[in-house]
Amino acid sequence: MSRFRVAVHIVPRSGVLDPQGKAVADALHALGFSEVQDVHVGRHLVIQTDADSENAARERVGEMCARLLANPVTEDFEIASVEAL
Amino acid sequence: MKFGVVTFPGSNCDDDAVHAVTDALGAEAVRLWHKDHDLQGAEVIILPGGFSYGDYLRPGAIARFSPIMQEVMEHAAQGRPVIGLCNGFQILCEAQLLPGTLLRNDSLQFRNLPVTLRVENARTRFTNQYARGDLLRIPVAHGDGRYTADDHTLDALEQREQVVFRYVSTTGEQTSAANPNGAMRNIAGIVNGAGNVLGMMPHPERAVDELLGSTDGLPFFESLLAAVAA
Repeated sequence: MSRFRVAVHIVPRSGVLDPQGKAVADALHALGFSEVQDVHVGRHLVIQTDADSENAARERVGEMCARLLANPVTEDFEIASVEAL
Repeated sequence: MKFGVVTFPGSNCDDDAVHAVTDALGAEAVRLWHKDHDLQGAEVIILPGGFSYGDYLRPGAIARFSPIMQEVMEHAAQGRPVIGLCNGFQILCEAQLLPGTLLRNDSLQFRNLPVTLRVENARTRFTNQYARGDLLRIPVAHGDGRYTADDHTLDALEQREQVVFRYVSTTGEQTSAANPNGAMRNIAGIVNGAGNVLGMMPHPERAVDELLGSTDGLPFFESLLAAVAA
């Protein structure tokens, strides 16, 4: 068993109304960042976990996302990084 | 008839639910703790409003794995009644006992006000003391009440008359101005396909006393008694 640090991004699925993202985009426009086209607000989780291999850690965190961390109705997740500790 | 009201850490409408069931309806209520594995013989389970587990991760996402939810899921699978009010509705969606999910209000504001609901289906065991088209004055109090599902799910809900309550204007029209949270198709409450699990964002348990401005929630609870007597 080795220890890994796994980072996960969870974002609203495109097409789902994201009022937080819209509010942030409006605020950025108000600050003069007129080049901003779109903002989505999601969550970033960092999980330390034990696994036999990097792939096994990735697979288990995928299961965690499917069962709890992401809402399958409205959110997508991606494993951003897996780092051996 | 015995009602069981579950208290999760962060529930804050459990007392209101007990008050509605006992003082207003005259039925028996038993308080259930989320860590127990015993429904204590309750025939109707109420998951009350509040902020279980501080709404961490997503409203209802963690409460859905509380120990007592195993028994609540079995209770529902046996076709027995389960009601989710506000946070309880969020928990039922997270538990996939009801389809769809409840997202942040489109206004990004916590909305705490009386709204008008139209009864869309009066043939459920939760609404048989209303008539279809009745307009009810019931309060809402939530930050995450925007009912959301894909079009296929929404169409199926409508076809099977699983949409029980809709937000409407005081004259009964389905308008966006009458919708406190941006819920798709102004949906305020739904039942599952078997008709024994109901979730709604508004609070009928807070509309059982003239003193508090409305008794329109009382027939909701009376319907359950009538369904058993029938």
